[in-house]
Amino acid sequence: MHDNIVIIGGGIAGMEAAKALLALGHTPILIESAPTLGGHVGRWHKLFPDLTSARELVARLRSEIVGANIFLGTQVISMNRLADGYSLKLSNGIVINASALLISTGFKLFEADRKEEYGYGVYDRVITNADLEDWFSGADDARIPQQPQTVGFVHCVGSRDLKACNGQCSKVCCATAIKQAIEIKERFPFARVYCFYMDLRLFGKKYEDFYVNAQRDYAVQFIRGRVSEVSETIDGHLQVKAEDTLSGKPLKMQLDLLVLMAGVVRNTAVQELTSMAGLETDSDGFLRSRDNEYAVVESGQPGIFYAGACTGPKTVPETIAEARSAALSIHAYLKTL
Amino acid sequence: MILEGKQRIWSEYQKDIPDDHWYYVRSCIRQNFFPASERMFTHIVKDVLGKDLYETPHHTTCGGIAYHCDTIPQETAMTIVARQFALMTEAGYENYCPSCITSFGNYAEILETWREYPELEARIREDLWKACRREFKKPRYLAHSSDLIFHWRGEIARLAKKRLMDVRTGQPLRIVEHIGCHYAKMFPSKGVGGAEYPYVLAGMVESWGGQVIDYPERRHCCGYGFRQYHVKANRGYSLSNTYKKFESMEPYHPDAIVTNCPGCPYFLDRWQYVIASQTGKTYGENGHGIPVLTYEELAGLVLGYDPWDLGLQLHQVAVEPLLDKMGVEYDPKAKYLGLNKEDLMRPELPTQIKCY
Repeated sequence: MHDNIVIIGGGIAGMEAAKALLALGHTPILIESAPTLGGHVGRWHKLFPDLTSARELVARLRSEIVGANIFLGTQVISMNRLADGYSLKLSNGIVINASALLISTGFKLFEADRKEEYGYGVYDRVITNADLEDWFSGADDARIPQQPQTVGFVHCVGSRDLKACNGQCSKVCCATAIKQAIEIKERFPFARVYCFYMDLRLFGKKYEDFYVNAQRDYAVQFIRGRVSEVSETIDGHLQVKAEDTLSGKPLKMQLDLLVLMAGVVRNTAVQELTSMAGLETDSDGFLRSRDNEYAVVESGQPGIFYAGACTGPKTVPETIAEARSAALSIHAYLKTL
Repeated sequence: MILEGKQRIWSEYQKDIPDDHWYYVRSCIRQNFFPASERMFTHIVKDVLGKDLYETPHHTTCGGIAYHCDTIPQETAMTIVARQFALMTEAGYENYCPSCITSFGNYAEILETWREYPELEARIREDLWKACRREFKKPRYLAHSSDLIFHWRGEIARLAKKRLMDVRTGQPLRIVEHIGCHYAKMFPSKGVGGAEYPYVLAGMVESWGGQVIDYPERRHCCGYGFRQYHVKANRGYSLSNTYKKFESMEPYHPDAIVTNCPGCPYFLDRWQYVIASQTGKTYGENGHGIPVLTYEELAGLVLGYDPWDLGLQLHQVAVEPLLDKMGVEYDPKAKYLGLNKEDLMRPELPTQIKCY
């Protein structure tokens, strides 16, 4: 069992951590419930702010962890605490005794149909950020018109929304909306693109440049106000009502396509796992770190570590950095055993 | 429009509606506006469906209009409501059914407030005791009377003499359903189908053969809005709201509008006359307006009752085009005869909107 490290979750956090652990001389075991690695990023088209390919990032990480033991389409079905580690039974029948666990189970996208007033799943031309990424990547989507003239992006769908029981900021949606607005403008230069936002939280490196770029070079219009309701007109367009809080006026406009920036929420699929491991959740529903300032990658349980968005919304660079940090922490922890 | 999406939402907003033994309270204003609606409701429930429905002449206003016009504090409305509940308790009932949407919203809001602040409920109980020596149990079930008709819509469909079909074309009638704001906008879980895509009237229309129209301003207020109308200076705002709705529904050519609120049918009906007078514009066919019915009136037509016994002659907008489409037989000469066949006199008819 000595030195067995199990990573639960094969998104970019789990993959990067596996890569770092391999470099430190370990042979981690990576367990992913989906049939492929990459998580949410694997589904994304391009990443902000440099519009690099998300799939290339995932492919590169995949090529760098060939030495790890990887179980795809596999789940942890039971977990027992041992004197010096954990015993895990997997859905494929294999039992693993591990000295250290890394939880990198990520997040879940907010189910946009819960914001019923926006009509996702009811009106034909309402899609989510994830749907749009799929389409950017080449998937067919009959909801997206061939030549949209007007496109709207609604920020903070299910984020900072107490009625949706998600008070936290999803952190990545503002920049994602700007990225997607630019990509829409690149594909449809004559389309008018509107972003409805509460606040623009553009804190990261080059994010502000990205925002200015969207306005100056792509004429994306930013409207500070929430969309209150969406309806369908007789010819299949969308009627959108909002408030422009800067001019103090209500707005009503017709759009050809509305994109909902579904927020980042806790991954409820791993609730059983966290319960088995005795892990606590924080007030935002994400996993609680031992300390939110200097021990973010550590849990309250010995030998269990965190990386990525399982503890809260994170950007790609933050996730990568945290995965490396977690790998180092695990390496140091194993030396103490 | 993705119907399955709506159906999924509808499935999430179901409510328990007991099949029998209801304590019924009438609206303050409905009997003046639509005089046969509540009578038709009690007749359908008691005589047609054979259910137990009890009402007492001792009940009063719920205070909802005054509360929403900001002329009484909520504690006063609560004490009035506490007395209503005391009457229900004394009569031995626990299922409470108001006829008015604002009452329904008022009761729902008060019950939720008491659940959140039990100390307030205790104070109201004390106030009620001091005022009139009454005590009460809270209702076990609260349902609006349109919830009950929704609940029994299938039985009404089985007993139907007429369907919401155009007998000349065989096509379903195109019906706008308008839900009173106080039905579910405050508490989506209290309404059948929720607040965004309510199903309570849509379910009736579908069961009785009609087709529901989903138009862009479907969710918008009818225009009544209490202070929008009751404060005289605001009436232009009331009218402009109603105008907005009619402009939005016009391209869909609705055959009728069905509502479940005291104010909505009144304003959607009367303001059509005002819009026609001011602009010359009408929204029905051949210079008519769009008939606006309460759900009890619509149920009455489906069950084959004489439209003049349903009080449809008191509508501003002529209902005859709808009656003709449904194949309802009626005597035009009897339109302004009372129940005792006494001549009620023919009102002066407007010139800008076709009436009979």
